[in-house]
Amino acid sequence: MKLLFERSTAGHRHTIMPELDVAVPELPSSLRRATRPHLPEISEIELGRHYTELAKQTHGVNDGFYPLGSCTMKYNPRVNEAAAALPGFTDIHPLQPVSTIQGALGVLAEAADLLAEICGMDAVTLQPAAGAHGEYTGLLLIRAYHLDRGDTGRTEIIVPDSAHGTNPASAAMTGFTVVSVPSNAEGGVDLGALRAAVGENTAGLMLTNPNTLGLFDPNILEITRIVHEAGGLCYYDGANLNAVMGHVRPGDMGFDCMHVNLHKTFSTPHGGGGPGSGPVGCKDFLAAYMPGPLVRRGAGGYEFFAPEKSVGRVRSFHGNFLVVVRALAYMVMLGSEGLAEASAHAVLNANYLLKRLCGQWSIPFGEPCMHEFVIDVAPLKAKTSVSAMDVAKRMLDFGIHPPTMYFPLIVHEALMVEPTETESREELDTFVDIMDAIYREALETGEELHGAPFGCAIGRPDEVAAARNPRVRYDFGGER
Amino acid sequence: MGSYIPADTRETDAMLDAVGVASFDELYRQVPPEARIDHLDIAPGVSEIEALAHMEQLAERNTRFASVFRGAGAYRHYIPAIVRTVTAKEEFLTAYTPYQAEISQGVLQSIFEYQTQVCELTGMDVSNASVYDGATAAAEGLLMCLDRRRDAVVVSGTAHPQTIETIRTYCASRKVSCTVVAATADLSTDAAGIAAALDATVAAVYVQSPNYYGIIEDVGALAEAAHGAGAKLVQGFNPISLGLIRTPGEHGADIAVGEGQCLGLPLGFGGPYLGIMCADKGMVRKLPGRIVGETADADGRRAFVLTLQAREQHIRREKASSNICSNEALCAMAASAYLAALGDAGLARVAELSYAHAHYLADRLGEMGFALLSDKPFFNEFATSCPKDAAIIEEALAERGILSGLPLPEGMLWCATELNTKIEIDALIDALREV
Repeated sequence: MKLLFERSTAGHRHTIMPELDVAVPELPSSLRRATRPHLPEISEIELGRHYTELAKQTHGVNDGFYPLGSCTMKYNPRVNEAAAALPGFTDIHPLQPVSTIQGALGVLAEAADLLAEICGMDAVTLQPAAGAHGEYTGLLLIRAYHLDRGDTGRTEIIVPDSAHGTNPASAAMTGFTVVSVPSNAEGGVDLGALRAAVGENTAGLMLTNPNTLGLFDPNILEITRIVHEAGGLCYYDGANLNAVMGHVRPGDMGFDCMHVNLHKTFSTPHGGGGPGSGPVGCKDFLAAYMPGPLVRRGAGGYEFFAPEKSVGRVRSFHGNFLVVVRALAYMVMLGSEGLAEASAHAVLNANYLLKRLCGQWSIPFGEPCMHEFVIDVAPLKAKTSVSAMDVAKRMLDFGIHPPTMYFPLIVHEALMVEPTETESREELDTFVDIMDAIYREALETGEELHGAPFGCAIGRPDEVAAARNPRVRYDFGGER
Repeated sequence: MGSYIPADTRETDAMLDAVGVASFDELYRQVPPEARIDHLDIAPGVSEIEALAHMEQLAERNTRFASVFRGAGAYRHYIPAIVRTVTAKEEFLTAYTPYQAEISQGVLQSIFEYQTQVCELTGMDVSNASVYDGATAAAEGLLMCLDRRRDAVVVSGTAHPQTIETIRTYCASRKVSCTVVAATADLSTDAAGIAAALDATVAAVYVQSPNYYGIIEDVGALAEAAHGAGAKLVQGFNPISLGLIRTPGEHGADIAVGEGQCLGLPLGFGGPYLGIMCADKGMVRKLPGRIVGETADADGRRAFVLTLQAREQHIRREKASSNICSNEALCAMAASAYLAALGDAGLARVAELSYAHAHYLADRLGEMGFALLSDKPFFNEFATSCPKDAAIIEEALAERGILSGLPLPEGMLWCATELNTKIEIDALIDALREV
């Protein structure tokens, strides 16, 4: 495919801007840019076709099954898009007088209230822009809580070895030392290791439950009790919240604060990598530390207020507002039973797939799993040399986005499968057929799968060369 | 209740059967009973028509101003029709991070194009695929500069107050000392104050230009001062201004960060926006977030991939350059389509119109007793005194469908873009005569 810059032809243009209607005052040459940027000269039809071609080389949820574990690639409802495109939301300035943005504050307040109830939390901020940003914000609350009490020695965050990479990275960004605890034989938190790890240095524990193996940790109440008894707080990584809405709440499991990923559980589109939204909820005793401003209902309508001991802003304005609009439309439409049903079916779909696959494929943990499970390709690899990577790449030929590969780290040849609730039984059965076919190919002509995929626009790219000699922008050379 | 589940009860029962459970409850048998809930205390679900009506009711309770003279970090520019067409394409909208390059060349190539365009715009060498917004880009840009010997940053107080607050938050949690040097009386950077704050512990200086008050700062001199003290210079920029004014690259900035909202994104009550981050090529391995690089497949076909991933959280965990995972990819695509649709000539025109309208607006406001608070050069924003109580002016104009400049302790902060035509500015002045 040609790059935008390779489609450029001198003189092609699309007239968007009007002529000048006032005089342009002199700008001293010392303030003017000396060189002009290379931007393509392109007509609208050329630009339109360019992006249509790029779209054809992109696999989205609407193109086919997308069981990317831990990412909850569920269907993105169209009514959410319709709501987010309403001019009353898109055309308002973030610094308008409060009396002129009562609807926007209503969106923030309603979304916060719904999320608080779903999560079992008392207060919610919608400022964080993504899940990792939410983790960072939640850890800031934990840090502020301990420091406010004069408890300055709590410098460690405990993270299980099965955790998302963002957990330890967020802890480090917040200035904490990361203490990793191993999983037990059942894939849950090793209680003995946890007891050994907690102490007077423990600021908190970060945990996702169900965890990245798709398992609900049956010891969860004991886990949060151990941390609390040591004086630490418990942070819930909401990446896997899609398994439990309306069935069990992080707040009731003993968690003190958490984030949710609106772009996972609450059906907002992933946009090729973002924007997401990572609201943070907390119990009452942490609410005073929240980033501000927050919204509340006052005598004259909704109003902003600053939390008393706020950790400060984590970004500009009020978060990814139009993403929140989408999530609110989803929560309003599904309501109490609909959200519970969504989670129940997400769990059912995963268990159905697990049941159908586990005869042939090694699935070391599960039964029941929650919304996802992990296939271990190691036994197949030992037999045939076909790796998780090979299996994943072969799936591409069947029009399927592969599961998350090589994660969690504790399963070395992992394929993490999360079907979500918005896939039909027929779609799941088709996936099983494809997995069967790939398994047979591995046994019969295993070596060949190292070359998969065979029918995509490109073969496996040379990632080593890309990293060794980074070419991260187009080279215009001498051309203009 | 609403539902997006493609199954009827017959299929559902068959699947429960296949799994070997009698009910959904059995699937949750690992959950301690005392933690289970039987329902959420929220309203029952509704149909699509009712859900959209609810959202429309909320939207209608917001005022859309026909005429907007307020910027302060969020700018009302025209969005070419094709930009929304591009970002509405379901492939782009519904895909996630392009981990599987073979079926994601479209997204990967668009990010590569975006990276190229913002490098061209800023005069910098390299760019990442975006971060959350301009404020977090500034904070991340400063943190990139820290090393074992240098653990302090200096920030010019002329930057956007919310950017400064975000920088303070990011610094505090890492125990990074953050000195904010207050603006001078003419609302520009206190260069002497910055110079005085530069010592051997300072890793970087942050200056925004055009600054919060619209003034074009002498970034080149600040870069020289920072470099002289062994520190880096991080410049915040307004992308539209770079259609006209000197670039961070030309000023000698080491890192350039900006809020990309003005490049084809709606005001949207503050988000989602776009954090642009560009750097000198020597710093590419310190950049946070995704970066797309060009390579080839085994047959020599050009291919784009996520690259330099050894910086990132999913590989490096607590040693990663940042915790960022999701970014603002679709917003970056909007910015890329915006820049392509306009081209250099179009971008220059937007910048020129914004600059010219702002200066015409300043002249006309001057006639009404709103005096410029600084005689420094400005781009498309400027601060004035206020002949009456700013709140009264704001309210009176709002009644006439006009969003005034932003009330400041010092007066008012005004903004004009290509959309604030001469006719609109004249109408504002007529309205002010009635206030």
